[in-house]
Amino acid sequence: MKHFFLTTLVSGLLTLSAHAADYKIMAPAAPGGGWDQTARSMQAALQDEGISSNVQVTNVPGAGGTIGLAQFVNQANGDPSQLIVGGYVMVGAILTNNSPVTLEQVTPIARLTGEYEAIVVPAASDIKDMAGLVEKLKADPGSVSWAGGSAGGTDHITAGLIAKAIGVDPTKVNYIAFSGGGEALAAILGNQVTVGISGYGEFAEQVKAGTLRLIGISSDERIEGIDAPTFKEGGADVSIQNWRMVAAAPGITDEQKHAITAEIGKMAKSATWQKTLNDKGWADTFLAGDEFSKQLNKDIESTTVILKEIGLVK
Amino acid sequence: MATFDLLAQGLLVALQPANLLYALIGVTLGTAVGVLPGIGPALTVALLLPVTYKLDPAGSLIMFAGIYYGGMYGGSTTSILLNTPGESASIVTALEGNKMARQGRGGPALATAAIGSFVAGLIATLGLAFIAPTVVKFALSFGPSEYFALMLLAFMTVSAAFGESTLRGLTALVIGLALGLIGIDQLTGQARLTMGLPNLFDGISVTTLAVALFAIGETLAVVAGHRFGGEKAQAIKGSVMMTRADWKRSWMPWLRGTAIGFPIGAMPAGGADVASFLSYSAERNFSKHPEEFGKGAIEGVAGPEAANNASAAGTLVPLLTLGLPTTATAAIMLAGFQQFGMQPGPLLFVTNAPLVWGLIASLLVANLMLLVLNLPLIGLWVRLLTIPKPWLYAGILVFATLGTIGADGSTSMLGPVPVSFGLGLLLAFGVLGYLLRRFGYPIAPVVVGLILGPMAEKSLRQALQISQGDPMALFHSWIAIALWLLALTALLLPLWLRMRGRGKVLAQLATDED
Repeated sequence: MKHFFLTTLVSGLLTLSAHAADYKIMAPAAPGGGWDQTARSMQAALQDEGISSNVQVTNVPGAGGTIGLAQFVNQANGDPSQLIVGGYVMVGAILTNNSPVTLEQVTPIARLTGEYEAIVVPAASDIKDMAGLVEKLKADPGSVSWAGGSAGGTDHITAGLIAKAIGVDPTKVNYIAFSGGGEALAAILGNQVTVGISGYGEFAEQVKAGTLRLIGISSDERIEGIDAPTFKEGGADVSIQNWRMVAAAPGITDEQKHAITAEIGKMAKSATWQKTLNDKGWADTFLAGDEFSKQLNKDIESTTVILKEIGLVK
Repeated sequence: MATFDLLAQGLLVALQPANLLYALIGVTLGTAVGVLPGIGPALTVALLLPVTYKLDPAGSLIMFAGIYYGGMYGGSTTSILLNTPGESASIVTALEGNKMARQGRGGPALATAAIGSFVAGLIATLGLAFIAPTVVKFALSFGPSEYFALMLLAFMTVSAAFGESTLRGLTALVIGLALGLIGIDQLTGQARLTMGLPNLFDGISVTTLAVALFAIGETLAVVAGHRFGGEKAQAIKGSVMMTRADWKRSWMPWLRGTAIGFPIGAMPAGGADVASFLSYSAERNFSKHPEEFGKGAIEGVAGPEAANNASAAGTLVPLLTLGLPTTATAAIMLAGFQQFGMQPGPLLFVTNAPLVWGLIASLLVANLMLLVLNLPLIGLWVRLLTIPKPWLYAGILVFATLGTIGADGSTSMLGPVPVSFGLGLLLAFGVLGYLLRRFGYPIAPVVVGLILGPMAEKSLRQALQISQGDPMALFHSWIAIALWLLALTALLLPLWLRMRGRGKVLAQLATDED
């Protein structure tokens, strides 16, 4: 107890005296969500590892992160001390919300972590594997009801991509949008729907307990510790990762960009960050520099195509 | 038997001095944020999350639990005394509670809320310990069609909050329903009634609307009515504590509120607000004094307050047994669990038994602590009413504003001036709240419409989507049918009784109609 108060006090005093490597990280979401947790974990890692002496997190929630993004682009221009956390969900939200600000207007630094999409069925379902699902979809796409998160989100996009990959019209997918993976999970456990699709983490405990059957995962290759074939093995050539990233302000110089990238890279390798990833069950899918930019552009492209085909973007 | 052993061990963990201290900090903070309009327990737990990173798991979870229960407790105080609910679950409490306070019966109202919350918290926490798996099974049998039927039943309760005129009540409800349509439609991803403003994409926040209509609206009404000093507030009339008659009228509502709140809290799409609406209407129907409803009936405080606390414990059922957070606060608590490497889910009771039972035990401790802390404070709270009104309402305005800015960090620049959209909404709805009061429209149906409207619409569409358009799916289970029948009874019974001209109350109601 005493120790805790002392460390808080000392770190409080320290933050007052330092100004050199300060960061202000914006989480474009309400406290508690994935982006907020990412920002706050970064704050802890950057400070504990001594990379930065003073890191502040601000929350600007709303509209899939596009409100925060717009504020960031307008107010952080040219300021190398400001960062924003974001993710794949933002790519879709920018398109469906017709956002005036896009990810091309910020300076992407690195992908930090990611989660793969998983498809599950209730343990008693007659669908045994991916091939069984594909068969049902081909016979009558409407009879398969999918429970997942909000319309136009990663879950919906993945369902659309699977339909497209096996030659079924994506607009025929009977996708039931719930407020989030949690509410969708309840609908699956209650046998209200045929299949569930969401981030693997939402289902992990149920799969371990045997109440849900995991029939496929959206990674390129099988993942250690997860006993499931990939979508590709099951006959649907789809791979998708719901990643989270950190980006810097627009209008910063190349040197500033390199300096930030180096510091974030150092943070990503640090023991504190690795422990956070482990504790929270986040996969380390760190990717920085040009490779990340390339991957980002590819994702934006394929998302635009599928959202148009599902009919969510004109 | 094993359950008792584990619970006893849990109590040993919770009763360690350091953990008791965390529980105390938690309930105090929780009560404080519950009292402040606009700052909910979700925000508080979220802001504390990084701080607790350095504490041990048991201590910080105990603190979260304290904040959670404390928040549910604190919300009722301002509802009753100042007609300004701190969060949506205390809205119905204001209906009867504030009437009681205005008659100088604020003391008994606060006492029945505090003791009712304690009773409900106690029973519901024991329920969490012993029958969680059964409750979760029941909660999961609720699919979209059952939710739709439940929402219909909840809508019937709105009519109970209409006040004197059905026409005005319906008008207020329609305002709420219309506001509920604003935002991105979750099922299709299309923006509705947003006028292209990205700030409206997520819809109107219930907290902003409730705080604006109640707190800001009330303040404006007080100012406009020149009620400073003119109307002498009656802080206390008669006993501060509950009389024998109060006890007699309170204990059944406490138990009924618990029975309604616990299962509804456990439902993935339920929530403390829905539970409190349903409890209010149940009390109105069961009461031996229905004529007092709308004028300060103690049952109307006892039932909903028990229901919202029981529902808070109910929320922990799916969180602990399925890893399924059903409220914002629960979602943040889940993040707290994960921070310590625990994964709530079907295996949690097996893999992390000491911690889980420590949490359940600390809920019991927090509950008792709240009662001990709050009962003696009632005498002090009711003195709030003797604070000069300009000071009191200035304070309310400050907290409502701070709470709104805290929850919505977005600002945009209008020239050199930073503008907060959330604050603009707060003020605009505050003016609406004043106008509604000025022209005699009830406030509660607006907020109820905003809460229930989107839920009802969503469940109806989900149900029809799953059945591929077959409306019979709405009646596919006995639960759904039973709820439909209840809703129909609630609608038709008063009409039938009125047609037969029975009862003074209903005759009275009939003459009140416009």
